[in-house]
Order: sequence, then C-alpha cells, then structure tokens
Amino acid sequence: MTALFYIAAVVAVLATLMVVTRSNLVHALVYLVISLFAVAVVFYTLGAPFVAALEVIVYAGAIMMLFLFAVMLLNVSADAPLRVPLRAWLGPVILAAVLLAEVVYGLVLTNPRLSGTEIGPEAVSEALYGPYVLGVELASMLLLAALIGARHVAARDGDRDADGDEA
Amino acid sequence: MLGLLWLVPALPAAGFLALVLLDRRLSRRGAAWIGAGSAGLAALVALLVCGSFIVSPPAGDAYHQVLWTWFDVAGLAPTIGLYLDSVSVLWVLVITGVGFLIHLYSTEHMEHDEGFTRFFMYLNLFVASMLILVLADNLLLLYLGWEGVGLCSYLLISFWQKDPHNVYCGRKAFIVTRVGDTAMIAGIFLLFTQLHTLQIQPLMAAAEKEWATGSGVAVAAALLMLGGAVGKSAQVPLQTWLPDAMAGPSPVSALIHAATMVTAGVYLIARTNVLFTLAPDARLTVAIVGTVTLLIAGFSALVQHDLKRALAYSTISQIGYMFLALGVSGWEAGVFHFMTHAFFKALLFLGAGVIIEALADEHDIFKMGGLRRDLPAVFWTFTIGAAALAALPFVTDGFYSKDLIISTSLGSVDGSVWFYVGSLVGAFVTALYSFRLVFLVFFGERHTDVSRRPRWRQLLPLWVLAALSITGGFVWMPGWLGGFHPLEIFLNEALPPMELTGSAAHFAESAGGALVTIAIVLAGIALAYGFWMPWRAGTSRFAASPEIRPVAAFWLGGWGFDWVYERVFVRPVKWFARVARDDLVEPAVSGIAWLNLWGWRTLSAGQTGRLRAYLAVAGFGIALVLAVVVLR
Amino acid sequence: MAAVSLDHGLVLAAILFAIGFAGLLTRRNLIVALACIEIMLNAAGLAFVVAGARWGQADGQVMFLFVLAMAAAEVAVGLAIAIRFRETLKSLDVDEADEMKG
Repeated sequence: MTALFYIAAVVAVLATLMVVTRSNLVHALVYLVISLFAVAVVFYTLGAPFVAALEVIVYAGAIMMLFLFAVMLLNVSADAPLRVPLRAWLGPVILAAVLLAEVVYGLVLTNPRLSGTEIGPEAVSEALYGPYVLGVELASMLLLAALIGARHVAARDGDRDADGDEA
Repeated sequence: MLGLLWLVPALPAAGFLALVLLDRRLSRRGAAWIGAGSAGLAALVALLVCGSFIVSPPAGDAYHQVLWTWFDVAGLAPTIGLYLDSVSVLWVLVITGVGFLIHLYSTEHMEHDEGFTRFFMYLNLFVASMLILVLADNLLLLYLGWEGVGLCSYLLISFWQKDPHNVYCGRKAFIVTRVGDTAMIAGIFLLFTQLHTLQIQPLMAAAEKEWATGSGVAVAAALLMLGGAVGKSAQVPLQTWLPDAMAGPSPVSALIHAATMVTAGVYLIARTNVLFTLAPDARLTVAIVGTVTLLIAGFSALVQHDLKRALAYSTISQIGYMFLALGVSGWEAGVFHFMTHAFFKALLFLGAGVIIEALADEHDIFKMGGLRRDLPAVFWTFTIGAAALAALPFVTDGFYSKDLIISTSLGSVDGSVWFYVGSLVGAFVTALYSFRLVFLVFFGERHTDVSRRPRWRQLLPLWVLAALSITGGFVWMPGWLGGFHPLEIFLNEALPPMELTGSAAHFAESAGGALVTIAIVLAGIALAYGFWMPWRAGTSRFAASPEIRPVAAFWLGGWGFDWVYERVFVRPVKWFARVARDDLVEPAVSGIAWLNLWGWRTLSAGQTGRLRAYLAVAGFGIALVLAVVVLR
Repeated sequence: MAAVSLDHGLVLAAILFAIGFAGLLTRRNLIVALACIEIMLNAAGLAFVVAGARWGQADGQVMFLFVLAMAAAEVAVGLAIAIRFRETLKSLDVDEADEMKG
C-alpha cells in the first residue's frame, strides 16, 4: 500500500507538471485526467475508497468532460499552439517554490502519523445525512444556480428560449 | 449730547459691516444709501457733538468717554476710550464733513464701476479707522486706527485690481509707510517702558514731569514718533509712495491722500507736542524735514504732466508746510493749515476726477485745454481751489494759513531766516504750478473733447468745498487785519500757545511781513500767466532745451528718490528672496509633495488590470504571511 | 492495509497546489487557467481527506465532497464565461481583459 501510494504520487506530480507546460490544449487536458486518476489512487491508499470513486466519476468524468466540450465548442484546437517562453516561468516558479517550502516546513511534524483504518461509504453517508445534511442541501442549490447561471451567461444576444423570451 | 461721541466712529463701522454682510444682495442704490448714508449720519452726529462741545465746553476743555478696557496685562491696560478736545474736534469735523461730501461725490463718480459696493465698504472702514485714530485716548488705540487707515489706503489704491500696476502702487504705499510704522511702534514701546502708561494725557504729563528738556529719551521718543509721522504723511525720505498712490480712484486721492490720512502724521505730532517741546533737536529735525520736503515736492510739481501726480506732489509740499510750522512750535498754525488744505486739496482732487472722467480717462494736462467753456462749474471751483493753494491774498483761506506759517517760521523763537526764505520760495513755486495747471487745463485750444458731464452729486461737493475754501480762513485773521481769531483761542485749549518771540518777530507779524508774502504770491501767479498763456510755445521750447531737459527730468522723477531706493533696497531684497527660495526648509516641504507623487506613480503602475499580476501580488502576500506564521 | 505516512500526503497536496499556482501565474490561455484552478482545488481536497484520515473521521471526505460540488459549479460557470470571453475579446488570452485598472 505504501509503495502504491508513492507510485501514484509520483505519477500525479509528473502529470500535473505536464498539464501546466503543454502547449497543445487537448494534451494538457488529457494529462489532467491522468493526474486525477493518480490522485484517486492516492485516496484509495489513504483508506478513502468512496472519495476515490467520486474523484474518478465526478472530477475526471464529468468536469473534464465539460472542459473537453468547451474546447470543442470554442474550436480552440484550430488556434495556434500556445507557447510560453521559458523566461516567463522564472518568477512564478520561484514564488511557488517559496510557498511550497514554507508549507512543507510548517508541516514537518516530530512524530509522523500513519493512516489508520479504512473509512468506507457507510461512514461517509452517515456523516452526510446526519450532521452535514444542511451542507448537502446548500450544495444542491449551488449546483442549480450554477446550471441556470451558466445557461444564461453562455447564451448569445438575440437568442430566444422556447417561450420566445430573451435569453 | 456729548455722550453720543461713540456713535461717530461706530456709524461708519456699522456701514462697513452692513455692506460686507449684505454685499451680494445689495443693488447700487442700496450700497450708495448705506455707504454714503452712514457717512452722512456720522457727520450729523459729529456736528451735534462738536457743536455742543464748542457752545458749552465741558470741564477742563476736554471730554473723555471710556467705553471699556481693552485688556489688562502686566501693567498695560489700554482702554477703548474716546478723548475729545479742540484738536480732535477739528479733525473729526473735517473727516466727517469732507468725508461725507466725498462719499456723495463717489455715488455718482463710481456709478459705472463694477466694484461699487466694495468701494463704499473700504471707504466706510477708512472713515471709521481714521476717526478712531483721532479720537483715541491712548497710543495703542491710536495705532489701531493708524494701521486701519494704512490697510484701507492699500485696498483703495489697488482698487482696480485687475491691472497689476495698481496693485504694485498699493503695495509700494503700504511697504513705505510700514517703515515709518515700525519706528512708531518702537517709540510706543520706549514710551511705555519708560513711563508705564500709554494713555495720552497721563503720558504727556509724566513725560513733562520726569524727563529733562533735551534728554536722550525725549529726543529718541520724539524722533521715533516723527519716523511714523514721516511715513504716513509722505515727507522726505518716505514720500515716494504718494505720487504712485494716484493709481487709485479720484475720490480716494481726495479723501485719503489729501484731506485725512496723510495728515495723521501732523495729528500725531500735535498730540505728542510735549515730547517735541522736551526735545529741541527733534523739533529742529521736524522743521528741516518740512522745509526740505516742501521745496523738493514743489519743484517736482512744477514739471508734472499728469494732473493727479501734480496734485500729489502739491500735497506733499503743503504737508511740508504743516511740518515746518510744528517744527518751530507753531502748533496751532500747523493745524490751521491742515484745515484749509483739506478744503482746497479735496476740492482740487474732486475737480480733477470730474475732468478726467469727462475726457474719458485722460490724465495728461497737455492733452487737455479749453475746458473753460465746456465745464464751467468745474472751471470756477477748480480755479478757486488753485487760488487757495497758491494763497491768493485775502479772499482765500490758503492765504491766511500759509501766511501765518511763513511769519511763524521767521518770528518764532525756533524760527530762522532759512526757514523763512525756504517757505517764501515754496510759496512762489506753489503759485506758479497751481496756476500752470489752471491755464493749461482750462485755457488755450481744446485737444480732447468732453464726453461725460458731471451732475449734481459731483457738483454740489465742489461748490461746498469752494465756498469753504473762500470762507474757511476768516476764523483766524492776522493782527494787522483786525485780529479776529476764534480758532486760535479754541485750539489753545489743547495746544500750548504759539509765542512769536524771536528776534524778527515784530517784522514777521506786521503788515510789512505779510506784504512780502503777498508780493511773492502775486508774482508767481503773474509769471504763471505769462509762461503758459501768451508765451506758451516759448516755455515749452525752454523746457525741452538741452540744458533744462535733464533738470526737468530730475524733478519729474521726484529728485531721484525712487531711483535710489530701487537700487539700494528693492533690488537687493528681491535678489535675496530669489536666492533664499531654496533654503533648508524648502526641499523638506517639497520633498513631501515629491514623495507623494512618486508613491502615486508607483502604485498606479501596479494597476495593470491583468489577473495574473494581481494573483502574483496576492501570492507574494500569502508567502509573507506564511513566513511570519511558520517562522514564529 | 499497510499504513501510509500522512505527512507525505500533505506534502503531496502542497506540491500539487504549488504546481497549479505556478501554472496559473504563467499560462495565458483561459482554459488552461481554469484547469490550473481545478488542480489547486483538487490538491486542497486531498489535504482534507488526509486530515480526515489522521483523525479517523468521515468529515474529511465529506468536506472533499463539498469541494467537489463547488468545483463542478465553478467549472460550469467558468466555461460559460470563457465562451463569452471568446465572443467579446476574440481570443482566449487572459491578459486581454485588462480594463479594470487605473
């Protein structure tokens, strides 16, 4: 399990690096999918199989699908590849490195903990529909709002819906 | 009745306040009513109060009204108090009477001016300050009035502010008189530290008791007071501001620079006459200053071609006569000449104002001429004024007062033949230049046409002042004409008597002495007629000839005083000011401004509008905060 | 199952977050920027799950679920905005939208 964790971790880091550096947009998005899969494996090794499955289904499945649909809609692949000169990476890399160093420094604990037992779907569900049920309702309202909002934001001026009203 | 005294300065002050507060909402009629009305009411009350004083004089021949104590600190407790004696009665009557006539004149003269209300505001403030000056019972209150009239003089000279030249003239007047004012305040300090009071009557009594005649303190105090007087009254060496003060409107020249403010110096010396009695050297200085001034200014007046500048130099010269009189202990004579001079000089300035307006702002007398037929009223009144100025014998008041001074300069115990000769030469030159003006302006062929004629509000003051210029002298006739002299008796209540006890006194007081004066004056008038009537072309050729031209130019420029002051004082100070601009403090102060601008530019550069830049800044901030948290 | 060092889990989350942040600062394409945001959100969720595993509670996973729901909503609206962006500014360059300045 420990070995699986480290392998998946390395894959995730490498794939994420690929995401930010690719100049072909579709390539970058595919690498992102790989990164998400690797993180799902990490979840599994940590004893959270439920969120591992959710990660694959929702994140890698639905959200990345949205990305790819948008890319198709915008016909971005017809654009020239997006090149970023090497010099442009200097500042952000330094800044990110500093932040990383600070966080890691702060996280180093004297007696490292180890993961314990698995926390399965039942425990999660009990928590969701118990103390966190309000959060669930709010999340669903959020999704509804996002749905309606996205539809209206993306509509073109002059579009009319089924009743003949403005978009 | 005497209790109404406080109303006399209070009414013009109230007029000033009313005009200030109601400024925007007042029409010209309203402003004229308030402005001239307050002056008129003050004149009325002054008449009542002074009349009551003259008819039934109070005990001790003086009325003292204390309104309240100004402040009381470390032994200095000046009061807001008014002191009325025969000297202040005379001044109050002149200020309010002539002042009211000039206010009336201004309502018509300034009627097209857009600063109409402002003009009356300043004029009222001036009258109030001048009244405080002459009625003050202590030197500090007097100084308050002194400063007030100085301020109003500045405001009124630069009345037409849009032209920077007018503002320059106002500034020059203020700065030059300031030099005198500084001497005066030093004198006031000296008096207080030595005699511990500033109330005038006790002060004079203390000086008389404690200081010996000729002692250093007395001389110092008297000379410092003289310094102040010289500044305000435009005597040598501080006379350079008065000719330039003609940049203001003519009513201003008439009121301030002829009848009242410039006589403040005369008033001051008369009030503090004890100090001068105690300091013969100072007295001598006064007389010398007066004589030198009257001669210098007289010659300058002879060559001027600006009508008002000629009258300005004439004023300087006549006040020189007053100083001469005071310097030879002829106190009452000096005051008498002040009164007559106020009448005819105000008349001349008001007349000049009408002429200048009528010829559409033409000041040059060589471009006038022939106005006798077009402006007859002005011709007669102006000529009466000029005759009074020249001291035309018997029928003008100027004759009586000037002859008195001339005889006093010889006959007084402090008199001398030099003063006598000087005053006679001065009288000759005065007659010459005053009739030069009359002949050049009203006779001969016309060079400029009349476009505006005066109406009753400008003409009435001219007639009243002309009448006074004729009759005003009859209150003090010389001994050889009957000796009817109620004015001298009246003034003796407040001033020490004039004693003509010098060696030549008998001649000076006699008809023979007067005959010399008469002869000189008539000769001057006759020569004026000759030079500027039948022989005018010859005179102009003479004046333009290469020998005479530099002399004339020298007199025209006021004997070089302005030239010297410009080089000795003005230019060095301006240079120093320019050099000292970037001193220690300057960079510190402008550094703050520069810092602000730099900060603004830097911060503005940070507003790129780009998301990535903002993110970077946010990230940087987070890194800082985390560093603080983690490294604790 | 064998134990995994939880420190290392948090370090992994930090590394992924840093990479996403650097990418967000550098890339000018709008879609890629949105992807970087997703990376960062994912990393944050990983941190939550690790924390839940440390305490042996389901709360970490619940938090991850909410993060997931929010990420989905955000992507939906964000992509809709990207479509608008493309229509108005004719490009997907983030630096083109710089009018909120001065």
